Amino acid sequence: MSIVTTDTPPENASGTPVSLPVHTLSVFVNNKAGVLMRICQAFARRGYNIDSLVVSKGRDIHFSRMTIGISGDPDGLAQIILQVTKLIDVIHCVEHTSDDSVNKELLLVKFLVDKKDRTEALQIIDHYGGKTVDLTPTSMIAMLNGDTSKIDAALAMFSQFEVIETVRTGKVVMARGELAT
Amino acid sequence: MRNNHFRMSNKQLDGAQALIKTLDDLGIEYIFGYSGGAAIPIFDALVTVKTNIKFVLARHEQGCCHMADGYARATGKPAVVLVTSGPGAGNTITGIMTAQMDSVPMIIICGQQVTWMLGKDAFQEADIFGITIPVVKHNYLVKETDSIPRVIREAHHISTTGRPGPVLVDVPKDISSGLFTGDMDPELDLPGYKPETSYHVDADKIDEALQLIHKAERPLILAGHGAMISGADAELKELAETLHCPVTSTLLGKGVFPEEHELSLGMLGMHGTAYANKAICACDLLINIGSRFDDRIIGQADKFCKDAKIIHIDIDPSEMNKMVRPDIEIVGDAKTSLVEINKRISSLDTDPWLNTIEGWRKKYPLSYRKQGGLRMQQVIDELYQVAGGDAIVSTDVGQHQMWAAQFYKTNASWKWLSSGGAGTMGFGFPAAIGAAFACPDETVISISGDGGFQMTLFELATAALHKLPVKIVVLNNHYLGMVRQWQELFFEDRKSGVDLEGNPDFCKLAAAYGIPSFNIKRPADVRRQLEKAFEITDGPVLIHAECIKHDNVFPMIPAGAALEDMLTEPPKGKLAKPTGST
Repeated sequence: MSIVTTDTPPENASGTPVSLPVHTLSVFVNNKAGVLMRICQAFARRGYNIDSLVVSKGRDIHFSRMTIGISGDPDGLAQIILQVTKLIDVIHCVEHTSDDSVNKELLLVKFLVDKKDRTEALQIIDHYGGKTVDLTPTSMIAMLNGDTSKIDAALAMFSQFEVIETVRTGKVVMARGELAT
Repeated sequence: MRNNHFRMSNKQLDGAQALIKTLDDLGIEYIFGYSGGAAIPIFDALVTVKTNIKFVLARHEQGCCHMADGYARATGKPAVVLVTSGPGAGNTITGIMTAQMDSVPMIIICGQQVTWMLGKDAFQEADIFGITIPVVKHNYLVKETDSIPRVIREAHHISTTGRPGPVLVDVPKDISSGLFTGDMDPELDLPGYKPETSYHVDADKIDEALQLIHKAERPLILAGHGAMISGADAELKELAETLHCPVTSTLLGKGVFPEEHELSLGMLGMHGTAYANKAICACDLLINIGSRFDDRIIGQADKFCKDAKIIHIDIDPSEMNKMVRPDIEIVGDAKTSLVEINKRISSLDTDPWLNTIEGWRKKYPLSYRKQGGLRMQQVIDELYQVAGGDAIVSTDVGQHQMWAAQFYKTNASWKWLSSGGAGTMGFGFPAAIGAAFACPDETVISISGDGGFQMTLFELATAALHKLPVKIVVLNNHYLGMVRQWQELFFEDRKSGVDLEGNPDFCKLAAAYGIPSFNIKRPADVRRQLEKAFEITDGPVLIHAECIKHDNVFPMIPAGAALEDMLTEPPKGKLAKPTGST
């Protein structure tokens, strides 16, 4: 059996690549066509890369909530927040740290596993509080959620199997206590 | 009420008519436009709806934008640009960017393909909404006929409030042709836009600013375009005169503080006056009122005012800490802020400081030689003497622009029109046309070089047709002079792409449009020819000055260099190539 995927890590990857610090921004915007373009343009023009992006409708459907993970020059971050806030369609844009907010993402991981290794796979999934959402005689899809470091750790464990694909939602964030997100 | 009027008149409007009626209700005086297929319904509404709006057919869409820009820079009010889809809309980009970079209000309305053809590469379809996102304050693609009045009112509101800027509205043909059944005076829907907050400035920041001001021995005010836009002229003058504080202005701030005032140091920056730049280096307090600390002002950022305290007043929070880290940030309207500051200022003893500056003024005056051929500086200097500081002066971009900024003193706001941020060649002449429409009773002078003038000279037809009494000054050195200056100073005089051989006979060109012209060849001819040209007031006149080919603008701070590294005269040796900016 062969499953074709382009989402495989490079052959000779050694360790994790050097990465710039990642910042998590919560952006509350008008739910209109083109808003995402405006925000992406504001980041791209200033050399920031969007690592993760989650957009969903707000409770009031006239608005959307975006959680954006960006990496780039930390000195310029305050400036880019002001630039994004300045956009007419942006209601607010704030940075959240893991101290003042809950950060979660969801992982779907598909790997090849047969009868021999299935029990061990299920134990790993159970350890990370995940569950199996698809099961075939030769493969399995696990779903689990948590903060980014937990997802990274789980993926490291799954790498003992032949991982075919991973899909991560990207971070969603909510401010703790009575703070606004 | 407006709505009732239409119901009572029992007349069904289409979207285009609702659009034009809304522009009229908003007090729009001029539309500068160029027609085309997708915009026909809107052009038709210009005929079928009775309004007070005047329509001007330019000769190119870039010309439309610069005319609207000139109109706005001369009045503070927005004009409308109306063009068709695809190439028509595409030709506006440079003009829109020019307005955005200099915070000029403008409403651009584009015709567009019908909605069901969008994204299908239909005839003259272009995603102008997507294309213009980086160069507008905001933009719209209208999808419902009934939303037209709201969108137009929002566009006008966004364009003219807070930090002004261009707003584009893309109107598909089926939307403009559709039957209008909506409200002509709807509520605006802008939950993310609150410009009114800029009229409440933080009292604590004002206190802190006052403490710094009253401790200063060598204060300097930097007046920018923001001070002019907010109408802070009187407050600025009161502040400067009470503190006995010298004032320098940015290129776009020229006039907000009278340049003939004894406290004025003229323009600062790359080609600013030596005494303004020396004052910036030596001051112990810089009060920036509505300038964004452009890279051509600050030079090398980490050396800029490094021993001085800085107060930065700006309506746009994102200008804070962008280029320079101020000691005190006052986010808000310049006039509102100055009113608060002025309530509690007292006089400072700045006599030693003013004496020092007076010494620099004497040692490094602005000057030029009258021997060795005709120089642009002389033409500009004599223009100033003939026309005076109350004329509206529009410039293009390059050497002549910097000399005009130096030698043409501007004594009031809204009199100096120049593309600063974008540095758009071809801006000056159409902008002067826009200003001439806006201010029919004022003298309007367009000063261009031979390069920039040829970029938009097709608007000679517009000026001639409307008999606009613009004084069109073409300072011809047969070169792209500023680039040639850089090549001489930094690239061992290797000239590349700067020789404008093949220039037309500009006087014959004017004649082809029925425009009279005067030719100046010798320094001794300048005054007489200018005076003759200024006698013509029933239409445009072209003044062509044949200037020497090799002349450089000084003072000069090489791009990215520190202000103290200013050159006040031609350097003896070779200079390092500029780094850090352009």
